Amino acid sequence: MTEKQTGFGHRKGSNVENTVPCLALENLTKDFGGLRAVAKITLSIQPGERHVFMGPNGAGKTTLFNLISGEIPATDGRIVLFGRDVTQLASYQRAALGIARTFQITNLLPNLTVFENLLLACEALSRTKFVMLWPVSRYGHLLERAQHLLNDFGLGELRDEPVKNISYGDQRKVEVALSLATRPRLLLLDEPMAGLSSSETHSMDLLLKKLDPAITVLLIEHDMDVALAFAEKITVLHQGQVLAQGTKDEIRTNPMVQEIYLGVDVE
Amino acid sequence: MEEGKKIKHTTGTRNKLAGLVLVIAILVGFPPLLSSYWVGLLTEMLIFATLAMSLDILVGYTGMPSLSHAGFFGVAAYTVAILSTRHQAGFWLCLLGGIAMGVFAGAVLGLFVSHVKSVYFLMITLALGMVLWGLSYRWIPMTGGDNGISGIPSLEAHTGLPLAGPLPFYYVTLFVFALCGSLMALFVSSPFGHTLKGIRESESRMSSLGVNTWLHRYLCYIVAGAFASVAGILWAYYNGFVSPSYLDLTASVELFFMVTLGGAGTLVGPALGAGIIVFLKNFISAYTDRWLLILGTVYILAIFFAPRGLWNRFLRKARNRERITSRP
Ligand SMILES: Nc1ncnc2c1ncn2[C@@H]1O[C@H](COP(=O)(O)OP(=O)(O)O)[C@@H](O)[C@H]1O
Ligand SMILES: [Mg+2]
Repeated sequence: MTEKQTGFGHRKGSNVENTVPCLALENLTKDFGGLRAVAKITLSIQPGERHVFMGPNGAGKTTLFNLISGEIPATDGRIVLFGRDVTQLASYQRAALGIARTFQITNLLPNLTVFENLLLACEALSRTKFVMLWPVSRYGHLLERAQHLLNDFGLGELRDEPVKNISYGDQRKVEVALSLATRPRLLLLDEPMAGLSSSETHSMDLLLKKLDPAITVLLIEHDMDVALAFAEKITVLHQGQVLAQGTKDEIRTNPMVQEIYLGVDVE
Repeated sequence: MEEGKKIKHTTGTRNKLAGLVLVIAILVGFPPLLSSYWVGLLTEMLIFATLAMSLDILVGYTGMPSLSHAGFFGVAAYTVAILSTRHQAGFWLCLLGGIAMGVFAGAVLGLFVSHVKSVYFLMITLALGMVLWGLSYRWIPMTGGDNGISGIPSLEAHTGLPLAGPLPFYYVTLFVFALCGSLMALFVSSPFGHTLKGIRESESRMSSLGVNTWLHRYLCYIVAGAFASVAGILWAYYNGFVSPSYLDLTASVELFFMVTLGGAGTLVGPALGAGIIVFLKNFISAYTDRWLLILGTVYILAIFFAPRGLWNRFLRKARNRERITSRP
């Protein structure tokens, strides 16, 4: 109910101290064989920040997200989350600390229903997931939370459909809903709009705008208008390196960015 | 719309309930009318049905296609044999010892298999299965090698209860089968079981949501091993002896086939599959020794006729029929 007022995925009592950055990367590097996909990236994200990552295909954006969420191990460098070094932690441990993510290539539980997907996401961080001898239907509070998410995302009609049978646009919604089910403090969204129709893009856009302001959000997005509307800060990656970083005005007027990345879009 | 959904739901539940009652009535009421050969065959079917359901937890619900599952069955059966013949252990010690050894084997082997996926999982479990078979075959002082171990006391002698003859043993088996089946059904519908399904669907998604997928797979492997051990204990008492033949590759492949023929991920299917395979094996080997050839043929037919298993096929047909009849 309070979720309605403050926005999606509101965390109770999320008073984050402003002194510690939400996320700090120090010389973060990832090599795939001879290819340096992420090259010595250093940056710092403040709590509650809305930060967009841009850059051409193959720039290393998804790899950077995979490193932050713990999907793949870093070759070198450090990842500090809420003041704590998490470089060596597995992805499930980072999730427990408050990271959630969506995947660029839809990554859901295809043969389970929309509701089951959400339910599993809701119980993923609770100890309930270890209960073996009670039916899941006994856990009313989890069922309720899953139902809430379902309604918040307008997926009520699709409740009992296997996720593999619903439209791509709805799958992308489930993708975001799953990431919010764990009530994250840091949310990584990898191209949530890609491949959506214009009306679907619009509703996703509204969804993003309604996110709880206390959640720090990193967004990978190609569309300049969406990026500028969403973010306070933008980082442009190119060949694994930070090409430019700054507020949206700084990025918009940066000649290097215009030349390499925006040349086609602007004017 | 809501109304229609509700009605459909209740007819589904009613059919399920009616089916269950019918099956129980047959399993309880029929055997006294049968000859002891058929009672024995039914007993064997139920033991393997329990075993196949425990494998289904791994294959169908978690996506761990284990080729060494008969190993747990064997470990428990050998434990009963060794404890009862060499150490004159009583029934309860044999029962608990068998399960404990199965759980222990699961806890140890699970360390090797729980982090491996797909084809590698098949390979490593295949290798582990061979090792277990090798142990039973070659560790002669412990296992009696090729001869196995005979002289396991009958359930009657061991428990002191009036359980002589095939029929009482059948009812004991039926009880254990029903108990294990219910527990497994509860297990797969529990939060833990749901999480396993999630891991089967997408491990990376589940771990990014915060689930230690390794731990879940590991615990699941042990649970499945425990249920397989119960089947192994029944088997030891049923036969009165144990030998390596139930640990070899053919046994594990047959077991795997029971699960896929019946329909992985349904529990009911693998129990059905076990019944069919045990029946065919007994029936056919009375006439020919080309059992494997026939098994292979059945397998190929099954792939064409019901690639996702007989029970899944039946469920789909039933659902379609319901949809047609519920249409105005
Ligand atoms: N698992 C992988 N193995 C090898 N190379 C990879 C892998 N993942 C990404 N790459 C390479 O790393 C580079 C960056 O990829 P990616 O991070 O997906 O870019 P972006 O998301 O910015 O389009 C690309 O050249 C890609 O081919
Ligand atoms: Mg990408």
